[in-house]
Amino acid sequence: MTFPLLTCLGLLPIIGAAILILPVRAAGKWIGLGFALATLGLAAAAVPVYLGDPTALTQTVPWIPAFGAYWALSVDGMGLTMVLLTALLTPLVLFAEWNITGKGTKWTSQAFAALVLLLEGLSLLVFMADDILLFYICFEATLIPMYFLIGGFGGERRSQAALKFLLFGLAGGLIMLVSVVGIGSFSQQAIGAPTYLISQIGVSLSGGSTWAWVLMLCFLAAFILKAPMVPVHTWLPTAAEEATPGSSVLMVGILDKIGTFGMIRICLTLFPVESAAIAPVMIVLALVSIIYGALAAIGSKNLLRLVAYTSVSHFGFMVLGIYTFTSVGLGGTMFYQVNHGFSTAALFLVLGFLIKRRGSANVADYGGVQSQAPILSGALLLAGLSGLALPGMSTFVSEFEVLAGSWSRYPWAAIVAALGTVLAAVYILLMYQRTMTGPATPEVEETITTDLTLKEKLVAFGLAAVVIILGLIPNLALSVITPTAQETLTQIGVADHQAPLGEEVPA
Amino acid sequence: MEIGTLTFDATGLYQYSWLLIAIPALSALLLLTFGPLFDRKAHWLGVFASCASCGYALALFYAMLRTGAAERAVDVPVAEWISAGSWTVSFGLQIDQLSILFALLITTVGSIIHIYSVGYMADDPRRRRFFAYLNLFIAAMLLLVLADSYLTLFVGWEGVGLASYLLIGFWQHKPSAAAAAKKAFVMNRIGDLGLTMAMFSMFAWCGSVSFADVFAKVDGIDPGWVTAIGFFLLLAACGKSAQVPLQAWLLDAMEGPTPVSALIHAATMVTAGVYLIVRSNAIYALAPVASVAVVIVALVTIFVGAWIGCSKDDIKKVLAGSTMSQIGYMMLAAGLGALIGPVAYAFAIFHLLTHGCFKANMFLGAGSVMHATDGDVDMRHFGALRKALPVTFLTFACGYLAIIGIPPLAGYFSKDHIVEAAFEYHLGVGLAALIGAGLTAFYMTRLLVMTFFGKARWVEGVHPHESPKIMTIPLILLALASIGAGVALNAWIIDWMAPISAVAGETHAVSWMPTPIGIATLATVALGVLAAIWLFGRCEVPSTPPQTKNPLVIVGRRDVFGDVINDTLVVKPVMALSTAADVVDQSGLDRMWNGLGKGTLALSQLTRKVQTGRVRSYALVTVLGALLVGVLLLIGQLG
Amino acid sequence: MNPTLLAVVTLAAVLFCIGLVGVLIRRNALIIFMCVELMLNAANLLFVAFAWAHGGLDGQVAAFFVMVVAAAEVVVGLSIIVAVYRARRTTSVDVPDALRL
Repeated sequence: MTFPLLTCLGLLPIIGAAILILPVRAAGKWIGLGFALATLGLAAAAVPVYLGDPTALTQTVPWIPAFGAYWALSVDGMGLTMVLLTALLTPLVLFAEWNITGKGTKWTSQAFAALVLLLEGLSLLVFMADDILLFYICFEATLIPMYFLIGGFGGERRSQAALKFLLFGLAGGLIMLVSVVGIGSFSQQAIGAPTYLISQIGVSLSGGSTWAWVLMLCFLAAFILKAPMVPVHTWLPTAAEEATPGSSVLMVGILDKIGTFGMIRICLTLFPVESAAIAPVMIVLALVSIIYGALAAIGSKNLLRLVAYTSVSHFGFMVLGIYTFTSVGLGGTMFYQVNHGFSTAALFLVLGFLIKRRGSANVADYGGVQSQAPILSGALLLAGLSGLALPGMSTFVSEFEVLAGSWSRYPWAAIVAALGTVLAAVYILLMYQRTMTGPATPEVEETITTDLTLKEKLVAFGLAAVVIILGLIPNLALSVITPTAQETLTQIGVADHQAPLGEEVPA
Repeated sequence: MEIGTLTFDATGLYQYSWLLIAIPALSALLLLTFGPLFDRKAHWLGVFASCASCGYALALFYAMLRTGAAERAVDVPVAEWISAGSWTVSFGLQIDQLSILFALLITTVGSIIHIYSVGYMADDPRRRRFFAYLNLFIAAMLLLVLADSYLTLFVGWEGVGLASYLLIGFWQHKPSAAAAAKKAFVMNRIGDLGLTMAMFSMFAWCGSVSFADVFAKVDGIDPGWVTAIGFFLLLAACGKSAQVPLQAWLLDAMEGPTPVSALIHAATMVTAGVYLIVRSNAIYALAPVASVAVVIVALVTIFVGAWIGCSKDDIKKVLAGSTMSQIGYMMLAAGLGALIGPVAYAFAIFHLLTHGCFKANMFLGAGSVMHATDGDVDMRHFGALRKALPVTFLTFACGYLAIIGIPPLAGYFSKDHIVEAAFEYHLGVGLAALIGAGLTAFYMTRLLVMTFFGKARWVEGVHPHESPKIMTIPLILLALASIGAGVALNAWIIDWMAPISAVAGETHAVSWMPTPIGIATLATVALGVLAAIWLFGRCEVPSTPPQTKNPLVIVGRRDVFGDVINDTLVVKPVMALSTAADVVDQSGLDRMWNGLGKGTLALSQLTRKVQTGRVRSYALVTVLGALLVGVLLLIGQLG
Repeated sequence: MNPTLLAVVTLAAVLFCIGLVGVLIRRNALIIFMCVELMLNAANLLFVAFAWAHGGLDGQVAAFFVMVVAAAEVVVGLSIIVAVYRARRTTSVDVPDALRL
């Protein structure tokens, strides 16, 4: 047996979290960062292996034979990019929130590091799981560290926000449990032996009975709650408003991606017939999310809440891409997941630096920061531009793919969604205008006296550099994502959109 | 190729043409990142980058001149960019007759304006950033015109939008500048929707957006879709080129430093829409309806721009109105290209080039005036500046004569061609273009008279003085271009643009002598000049705008209701919706979910009353429950 | 039904009912506790009896389980009673609101 790279990748941060239970005091954050970086190293080591042979990393060990459950880990292009995103963002968040402590509580930076590592490990397992039971267990377990991250390190009303987060998450998880139980018994009927292996179930359950609909809808409901779509998104702005920016990065950048990830990995792959039938509904939902999220972001009076709303809008784009059933749209969504992670991380963290100085997240408390802290405002503009998908940034490539994919099937949907890109310009630039430009108010002059420190610059411009590099050379990611998107469509037997005049013109 | 004793390989020159873009881009990056290390000399790096790009463009142009007409257009692939499965987009440059002209305009005018800015921005503490943004603009604009596919073009297209945003809002401490910058970017985004939708249609039909592929396959696309693509591209052009109905941002864009107005909002960026339509001539050739739409938009804009130009007192806004109007002429020619024959495309580009020279000239002149009067822009505070600023006045006069079309200055040739082409298409369109020329003469004369003639109406404490050499030399260079560009390009450009502007087997004779229409144009221009002198030259100009009941003036002063219409139709509804969304979200949806939680709590308050806390009653209930289950089972057995 | 088995089942039923009534009508926690034990043992008796009648071992195993659980329960239960007695000086289960929120 070869070296179980993926198992180590998933368990390493969890081991790190366990070690941090020990009273290590000041060394805690260093140990945390060390484990996060080691995980990053392992994730990077997985890349050449995957490029050599995409199946080389796959691992399947029987776990509970009676249920047909396996300790099965594997990655495809989408999984690999998500793993890399997670492994990159975690050390960055630890680094950015270096001296964090809970306000008026006993929560220390050591606890923060432990929770973040636990969250990382569980998220990695979700992204790598090839077994639905394993996926489900980790999916539910991610709620626990996130609950404490919000409740331990947040603002005034953090416990309320954490509870809301937990309840919405649990509601989704319990609905999903119905399907997880159902998969066991229906796979027995369809295949002959109960199994939870996604690769083994394939499309065998789809299209057979009304039960397939129930199973798919329960999964879908959980994922809609997770990748928050209007109208079940309200936990996200509340949580983002109260949580520290670092926690929000993990919540929006990684945890919520499980929603769209699951839609592709489970709904689309296991139930293509039902997913195709429900596509128009999902597209309308996605469009509502895009426009509603953007409008709410324009109207938002709180900076962190604003970013949360922009994410609602962005998740609308991702869902739209999934249900176009084109390799362009699907690949666009897979790439979007990664880009959105980086771009939102940049926005949240830079705003975090700003809020830390001013001590308020209200838009009305700012004005003219540019003259006090030009580099900070430059960093915010850069992060904002990646949020509004400026060409040259990686977010543009993915948004363009999603829109182009949906145009080839549903031009009307693409037009409505494209309006969202105009609104994106409004919410980003309006926020920038209100906070950064104009004459500096006396309060701003008093509180914002320092520009970004070296550490903060590294975080902000490092993220911006990733977004720009991926924007100029998107094939770094697309070379693994596009084949995965095409394979997914082939597996579920959907013909890709073909341009009528598509053949090459002889040069 | 043999040039004197030097030998160089033209293919090499083509091969590295990406350097044209890379040099200013790298310079912008350096200025922004390592600039603080050499802050006081940083602007010279910006000037150098622009001039280096200019030198490269000139060399490239020279090489093209030396090559046969057939081999001039070269596609330079640079790299694979996006592989999306159904389609791939590569990143490449197209060096051809059209793009090199633009590259020359951008780099030469750009370099001159860079040099001018060294003087103009001398006192600004953030001059380094200014040059970084200017360099960024040069890079993005060159990318726009040199791209070989719509998507690469789009990167430049939004890149210049970003540069424009940064530069309009350069003086960020002024709220009006920040608002104007945002407005420009958002309105451009609306136009950009057109370009993206055009690209989506091309992908859906052709599976590609490279110029070569799309133009080769355009015959096969459903005619309805070709027309749609034509309209989409027109929308994009309207946004970037400030054509009605997306014109309102240009006037506000005058908040930016004047060199920016000259470079971006007069000479280069705003003409990108014209470039887009000329570049897409293969599409418009098959979409006559869209071409007619281009003509209509152009005519409306000619008049709206002129109207605004006639009624504003702000010197830069008069010039901005004039820019809109002149770009209207270019769009008119570009629209006529598909209707009367492709030679009109050459006229559009011709007017674009001459306009680039004389409008940059006049904007820089206006900047020089502002420099002399402590940044005042109100023409009612000027007057009699010709003595105080002789060089500025003379160079401005060259630009003035060029724009109103006095032979043999640049504007005469380029505008005359367009007016004639308009008459060739339709008498009404021709007359409209003719009247537009008269209006141009009217408002430009008004500007000249109010600024440089009459009595001094200077604000107290203002002592006008001529600008330093570093500003006047660029003015002189541009003035020379305003004088000579027409004569130099008149005959040549139609031949040069032959791949686009010529129909096989047909030659277009270029007139040097005034035609009847040319004479009529001159007469209209003279009328306009006389009217302006009669109105503004005879009597004293009041220092404050007089109250007036003249509806034309009132409407003109309010930008022909551009902002009012945008506000009522778009801005206010969107802001109302966004406020509503915020309220609905927090007081509606969120409260609904909170209500669900509270309802559950209330229900539990109700049910917990069963919990009496008496152990024996619990036991009794348990027993009764067990009995009930037993009875039910028994009934089940019996039944 | 086997007459011996019938007798045992009757005995178990009687024991169970005695225990049940004891739980319901007595106030002293210790008495209630003993009554619960009585019910458990009635159930055990049935387990063993039926196991004997069917010749299987399942019932006997179940009886052992019940005994183990009952022993554990006694430990916990008695300690609670002692604790309550210490606090309240009574073993009556009718002390109101002891279990109320």
